[in-house]
Amino acid sequence: MRRHLINIFRLGIKELYSLRRDPVMVFLIVYAFSYSVYGVATGAGIEVRNAAIAVVDEDRSQLSRRITDAFLPPYFRPAAELEIGDIDEVLDEGRHTFVLDIPPDFQADVVAGKRPALQLNIDATAMSQAGIGAGYINTIVDREVATFLATETEDPAAKLVVRSKFNANLVSVWFDSVMEVINNITLLAIILTGAALIREREHGTIEHLLVMPLRPFEIMSAKVWANGLVVVTAATLSLIVVVQGVLDVRIAGSIALFVAGTTVYLFSVTSLGILLATLARSMPQFGLLAILVFIVMNLLSGGQTPLDNMPHSIQLFMQLSPSTHFVSFAQAVLFRGADLTIVWPPLLAVAGIGVVYFGVALMRFRRAITTMRL
Amino acid sequence: MAGRNSITPQQSTAGTAAARLTDVDHRYGDVVALDSVTVDIPAGQTVGLIGPDGVGKSTLLGLIAGARKIQSGKVEALGGDMADKSHRTRACADIAYMAQGLGTNLYPDLSVFENIDFFGRLFGLTRAERQSRTAALLAATGLSPFADRRAANLSGGMKQKLGLCCALIHEPALLILDEPTTGIDPLSRRQFWQLVDTMRARRPGMSVIVATAYMDEAEGFDWLAAIHAGRILATGSPQDLKAQTGRDSLEDAFVDLLPRVSRPSGVALAAPAPTASTGSTAIEAHGLTRRFGDFTAVDDVSFRIRQGEIFGFLGSNGCGKTTTMKMLTGLLPATEGRAEIFGHPVDPRDLETRKRVGFMSQAFSLYGELTVLQNLELHARLFHLPKQLIADRVETMIARFDLADYRAQRAQKLPLGIRQRLSLAVAVIHEPELLILDEPTSGVDPVARDRFWDLLLRLSRQDGVTIFISTHFMNEAERCDRISLMHAGRVLARGEPGELVERRGTRNLEDAFIAYLEEAAEEATQPVIPAETESSSISPRRNATQPSRSPAFSLGAAWAYARRETMELIRDPIRQAFALLGPILLMAVLGYGVSFDVEDIAYAALDRDRTAESRAYLDKFVGSRYFKEEPPIRDYVDMERRLAEGSLRVAIEVPPNFGADVKSGRSPEIGIWLDGAMPFQAETSRGYVKGLHQTYLDSLAEAQGTPIRESPVRIESRYRYNQDFQSVVGMVPGIVMLLLVLIPAMMTAVGVVREKEMGSISNLYATPVTGLEFLVGKQLPYVALAMVNFASLVLLADFLFGVSVNGSIPALIVGALTYVTASTGIGLLFSTFVGTQIAAIFGTAIVTTVPALQFSGLLGPVSTLSGGAKVISLVFPSSYFQQISLGAFAKDLGFVDLYQSHLVLAGFAILFLAAAWSLLKTQED
Repeated sequence: MRRHLINIFRLGIKELYSLRRDPVMVFLIVYAFSYSVYGVATGAGIEVRNAAIAVVDEDRSQLSRRITDAFLPPYFRPAAELEIGDIDEVLDEGRHTFVLDIPPDFQADVVAGKRPALQLNIDATAMSQAGIGAGYINTIVDREVATFLATETEDPAAKLVVRSKFNANLVSVWFDSVMEVINNITLLAIILTGAALIREREHGTIEHLLVMPLRPFEIMSAKVWANGLVVVTAATLSLIVVVQGVLDVRIAGSIALFVAGTTVYLFSVTSLGILLATLARSMPQFGLLAILVFIVMNLLSGGQTPLDNMPHSIQLFMQLSPSTHFVSFAQAVLFRGADLTIVWPPLLAVAGIGVVYFGVALMRFRRAITTMRL
Repeated sequence: MAGRNSITPQQSTAGTAAARLTDVDHRYGDVVALDSVTVDIPAGQTVGLIGPDGVGKSTLLGLIAGARKIQSGKVEALGGDMADKSHRTRACADIAYMAQGLGTNLYPDLSVFENIDFFGRLFGLTRAERQSRTAALLAATGLSPFADRRAANLSGGMKQKLGLCCALIHEPALLILDEPTTGIDPLSRRQFWQLVDTMRARRPGMSVIVATAYMDEAEGFDWLAAIHAGRILATGSPQDLKAQTGRDSLEDAFVDLLPRVSRPSGVALAAPAPTASTGSTAIEAHGLTRRFGDFTAVDDVSFRIRQGEIFGFLGSNGCGKTTTMKMLTGLLPATEGRAEIFGHPVDPRDLETRKRVGFMSQAFSLYGELTVLQNLELHARLFHLPKQLIADRVETMIARFDLADYRAQRAQKLPLGIRQRLSLAVAVIHEPELLILDEPTSGVDPVARDRFWDLLLRLSRQDGVTIFISTHFMNEAERCDRISLMHAGRVLARGEPGELVERRGTRNLEDAFIAYLEEAAEEATQPVIPAETESSSISPRRNATQPSRSPAFSLGAAWAYARRETMELIRDPIRQAFALLGPILLMAVLGYGVSFDVEDIAYAALDRDRTAESRAYLDKFVGSRYFKEEPPIRDYVDMERRLAEGSLRVAIEVPPNFGADVKSGRSPEIGIWLDGAMPFQAETSRGYVKGLHQTYLDSLAEAQGTPIRESPVRIESRYRYNQDFQSVVGMVPGIVMLLLVLIPAMMTAVGVVREKEMGSISNLYATPVTGLEFLVGKQLPYVALAMVNFASLVLLADFLFGVSVNGSIPALIVGALTYVTASTGIGLLFSTFVGTQIAAIFGTAIVTTVPALQFSGLLGPVSTLSGGAKVISLVFPSSYFQQISLGAFAKDLGFVDLYQSHLVLAGFAILFLAAAWSLLKTQED
C-alpha cells in the first residue's frame, strides 16, 4: 500500500515538472483563472442589465420626457432617442433590444383619461432579456404615469413583498464569476490529463512505465492528483483573489468546503479526461472529443441556463455528468451558505460518477495504450 | 544522355561545388553544433559525411538543403546563397532532402502511390509527368506490387525506398540523404544503394550528399568529410583518408582521425567467452504469434535464452522484433503461444518479476522535460531502491555511463548517443537480472555504439546480467552469444553468429543473412530497371516544372496539401464521425436544452392562515404552468433548509388572518422568498409571481363587484421576429454560430503543431512550398468540412426545431463561408506558434469558448456588453456571424442589411491567415 502511494507521488511530481516546462500552458492556466473569469463576470450576463433601449418620442411632452429619463442603470442604458423610421433598422441590426414608441398627444390623452397606447417593440430573439425587460418597462411606465398624475394609490387588497434570499439585489456578477471558475476547472482538467496521457502514448513513454513495476492504477492516480492539484490551486486562488477580492463577491458559505468539493470534482473530471483519452486514438481525435464533451458540460449543467428549464430527458442525461452535481453543490455552498449536512448528496454523486469514470478508464487503459496507432 | 546532363544554369557557373560553406557556425542554445566550418562539397559525386552522433552532420545537411536557418557564415548550394530567399526558393525546387529517421518525410495514412503523388504535386509536376515517373520509380524500387499499401504498414526498408522515390520524383540536381539506411535490413540496404547508383547513372550530373553511420557504405562513396564536434577533421576520397592515417579500414581510419580524448576506451571489444552457464533459463518462448487483424506481425516464434547470455534478435525494422519483445514484457497479449520469464508465465500484473527486468525501448523512453539527474532519480524511486542508496546509485550510474557533464541538462536536449546511454542507465538503475533492449543503438554512430557495447559486455560478463537485444547492425549481432535472424515475423535461423556464417558458407554474417533473406523471399523482386523506362519515362527534366511555379503562391502546391489532408481525414473514420455527427448531436441536445423558457419553478407555501381565502390565493399558483408545487413548508427552519439545498426556488408565506384582513381591507402582506443564487431564474420567477398576484387581485375584485383598477396607459408589446417568444427561435441561430467556431477551430488546431511533433514538417522546410501554400492547403479541407456541418445544421434547424431561414439564404451561406474560414484560421494561428499539441488544443479551447459562449450574443445580446467584454466581442468573429445568423434565420434580412458583417468576417479570415503565415517558420532554427 505504502509502495503504491510512493509510486503515485513520484509519478505525479513528474507530471508537475512536465507542465512547468510548457510556458504557453502555464500562461493559459493563469489567464483562464484570472482575466477570463473577470471578463465574463463583469462584461456579460444573461439577466437584464445595461439593456439597450431606445425611445421614439412623438409627443415631446413633460410626461414623455419623464418616461424617457426613467430608464436607469443598472437595468437599462440611458435611453437613446430615435426617429420613427429607424425602428426597423436598429432592431434588425440588434443595436437595441427594446424600442418604445410614445405617440403624439400622449400626455394630453393620458390626462383626458383616454388610455392611450404605447407601442413597445421587442427584439424577441434576445431570449434572456426580452421577457423580463418588457416587464420592467411596464412597471417603469406605470410608475411614471402614476407619479405624473399624482393619483392616490390606494392599498391593494393584498400586498406583495418579494425578497431575494442569498443575493438580495440579484447581482449577476456573483453567479457568473463562480460559474466561469467552474467552467475553467472542467476545461482545464479534461484537457490537461487527457492530452497528457495521449502525449505520453504518442511519445512511447507510457509503455515504458507499463513495463516497470507499476500498475495502471498508479499511473492514472498520479495524473489525477498532479493535474488536480494544479487546477484546485488555481481555482482556489481565483476564487479568493479574483472573485472575492477584485469582483467583491460576498461568499456566503465556507470556502474550505468549496475547495474540498472542488477536489472531489477534480477527481471526477480528471478521470473523465483519462477516459476520453482512452477512447481517442490520436491527439486530433482527442481535441475534438474533448471540445464536444466540454460544450455539453458547459451549457447544460445548470451553470448557464437553469437545469429546471430543460426537457426531462436532458435533465436525466445530464445527471451522468459530474458538472451538473458540482454546479448545484457550488451554488448551495457559495451562495446559500449550505453546509455539508445539506450538500452531501450532490457531493456523493460527483464522487460516485468519478469512481465509475475512473474504473472504466482503468479497464480500457492497457488495451487502449497497446493498440495506439501513430 | 547529354540532354539529361543539363543542370541548372546556376550550377554550371559555380564550377564543381554542389555546396560551399564558408565560416559556418551553428549553435542550439549553449551547444555548438557547427564550429566555423568551411568546406567545398564537390558536385556530381556521392559525398559522405561521417562522424559520431551529435557532431553536426544533420545540421550541416539541413543548412545545405535550406531547411535550417543560417545563423552565421555563408552557405551556398547549387551556385547561390542559401540566405537569399529567392535563390533558396529556386534551389529548393532542385534539391531533395530526406531527413533523419525512418519515413519521417512520409505520411503514414497515405498509400505508397499517394505519397509519391503528393510530392509530385508539391513540385508542380503535370499529371502525365507524375504518372510516368511514379511508375518508373515504383518499378525501380520493386514497390509496384505495394502501390496501394499504407505507408504505415511498410517495413523499414520499404519506407526508406519509398522516401527515396518521393525525393526523386522531381528529378533533383542535389539529393541530400540523412542516414537513409539506418535501421533497415541488409538486403534492403543493398537494394537502396543499388537504386541510388542507378539513378546516378541515369543522371550523371546529380550530386548526392549522405550522412551515414555505416563505414562500409562510406567505403563506396566518392568523397568523404569526417566530422567531429562541429569541425571537419579531414576530407577526401576513402583511399585518401586511409592513406592519411595508414589504416586499412575506414572505421579505424576514422577513429585515428578523432582527437585523443574522444576515442573509445580501448577495452577489447570482442566478447569474452561466455561463462558456460548452461544452467537456468531466463526467457523461454513457445510458438509466440501475434496478429493485428489479418496481418500477422509475429508468426510462431520460439526460443530459449539462458541466464547470463547475450541473445540477439537480428532483423529489419518492422520484422516483428518489437512486437515479440512487447509480448515478453506483457505490454501486448500474445494471440497464440506462451512465454515465460524466470519460469513464470508473462503476466502484466506480476510486479515482482518486472522488478528483475530492465527494459529499454526503441523510442528512448525518457522524460524529455526532466534533467538527466531527475530521470535517474525518478526511476530509482519508482523501483523503490532504499532511500539511503538512491544518491549513491545515481552517482554510480552517472560515473559508469559517463553522464557527469550532462547531469543538469534536460533529456530532450541531449544528443542521441548520450540519450541512449542515459536510457541504458535508467534501465539498469535497479540492477535487473535481465535486460531487454529493443534496438537500443538505432540511429547512433559507430563510436557511440562501441561504447555502448562496452557497457553491455561489462554488464553481462561482470554482473551476470542476461541481455536480450534486438538490432539491425551486423557487427552488433556478431558480438552476441547467440542470435535469431528474423524476417517478416518469422525466425529464419538461430545459432551462434559464427555457426550461421559457416552454415551458409559465406564470407560474413551480413552475407549469410542476405542469403537467408533471399531464400525466404523468393518472390522478392530484385530492383531491376526495365530497359524501356530508361528511355521513355524519365523525361527531360524541367520542361514543365519551372514555369508552373510562381514564387508567392501556387495553387497546385496548396491543392497537394489540401488533398493530402483530406485523404488523412478520410482514413480516420473516428475523427470523421466526430466532425460530422458531433455538431448534429450537439445541436439537437443544445437546441432543446439551452432554454430560457422558465417553467416548472419549484415552489412551496407556508400557509399560516389556512382559510378558504388563503387557499384561493395559493390556487393561483397550483393552476399555473410556470410553477410546480412541492410539499408545504412546515416552518421557517424548513424553509431555510429547502431554499439552501436548492429544492425550492420560491417560497410563499401567507400571513395569519390573511383571509380576514383581505375582507376587512387591511391589505395583508404576502411574503415571497426567491432563491437568488441564479439571478436570471429569480428575476423571471419574480415576474411570474407578480402576474399571479395581480390575477388574484383582479378575480377578488370581480368577486366583490368592485371595478378593476385600470392603468391609465396601455402598453402594446410587439415581440418582433419571434411572435410566440419561443426559446429555440433565438437560440438555434446562436448554436449554429457557436458550433461553427468551436469545432472548425479545433479541427485545424493541431494541424501544424502535429507535423512539428511528428517530423513531417521537414517537407515544408525543404521543398519550395511556401508557408502560405502550406497553410491554405491545411485550411481548405476543414473549410469544406465546416460547410458540410453548416448545411447539416441548417437542415436540422428546419426539420427538428422548425426554425427555417426567413431571410436571404445566399447571405447566410456567404456569411458561413467567411465565418468558418475565419474560425479555421484561429486554429491554424494557434497551431503555428505553440510548441505542443496540448497547448494548441487548450489554447484554442480557451480562446474560442469564452467569446463565443459569452460575448457573441448567444446567451445575452451583444448590445448590453460593456468594458473588456465589449472589446472582445468586437475583435472576435462570432458576434458578426451571430448578426448574420439571426438576421437570416429570424429577421428576414439580406445582403443589403448584413454586408458590413460579411466584410468584417472576410477581414478576420484574411487577418488570421496572414498572422499564421507571418508566424509560420519555413526553416528550422
